[in-house]
Amino acid sequence: MFMNFEFNVEGGNFTKAGTASSQVKKILKQLNVDSKVIKRVVVALYEAEVNIVAHAWSGKALINISTDRIDLKLTDEGPGIPDIELAMQQGYSTASSAVREMGFGAGMGLSNIKNNCDELEITSEVGIGTVVQMAIYLNTK
Amino acid sequence: MNVLELAEKLNLKVISGNEGLSNEITGGYASDLLSDVIGHADAGNIWITLQTHKNVMAIASLKDLAAVVFVNNLQPEDDMADQSNEENIPVLVSSDPAFTINGKIYQLIN
Repeated sequence: MFMNFEFNVEGGNFTKAGTASSQVKKILKQLNVDSKVIKRVVVALYEAEVNIVAHAWSGKALINISTDRIDLKLTDEGPGIPDIELAMQQGYSTASSAVREMGFGAGMGLSNIKNNCDELEITSEVGIGTVVQMAIYLNTK
Repeated sequence: MNVLELAEKLNLKVISGNEGLSNEITGGYASDLLSDVIGHADAGNIWITLQTHKNVMAIASLKDLAAVVFVNNLQPEDDMADQSNEENIPVLVSSDPAFTINGKIYQLIN
């Protein structure tokens, strides 16, 4: 088994936030992936998706499903993250007040991602964009 | 207990998602921070919140929640009810503030 999916993520459009996560959840269910794995993928992917919506101008999510792992790569064109270590700290956020009023931007997104991934790598260039690469293993037991 | 039974016992108004009224409630989660809910709520939970926009339904669906309850008589934004109907996740409204309705639901399902 080896499958690839690609989704566009629109910056600033909160009405569509979560679309990729919802599609991927459906696909994984159809593939009979373990529900615990699906839950982890959903949390990590949703948070990464919302980060693009809240902070970047445009982006895409590449999902690669193989027999032993699911790789998720989210690439955006956006402001980038000047200090990734700082951004990883729980409670730290640069979200606008409008975004915070909606209940986003609590500074919990990246910790949610970290808690639900087996591999995580974030690279970013200020003024260019950010790449979040995540992997979740299928056979953890 | 399912959503309909809870709604009737606590006098909650059903706004949308009628097809999901038979959803079984396994527990509850109260929060207005979306990342908190996506990270910590469990499938089958009833979610008590003051957030009334469409993203609430996206999260409820992703987390397989049983229903959403708005506090203080808050009403859903227009596009939210549609999604609630599509996902079969009921939106209920309580006239109580969060502390009160959380307490009532806790007592009822524990």
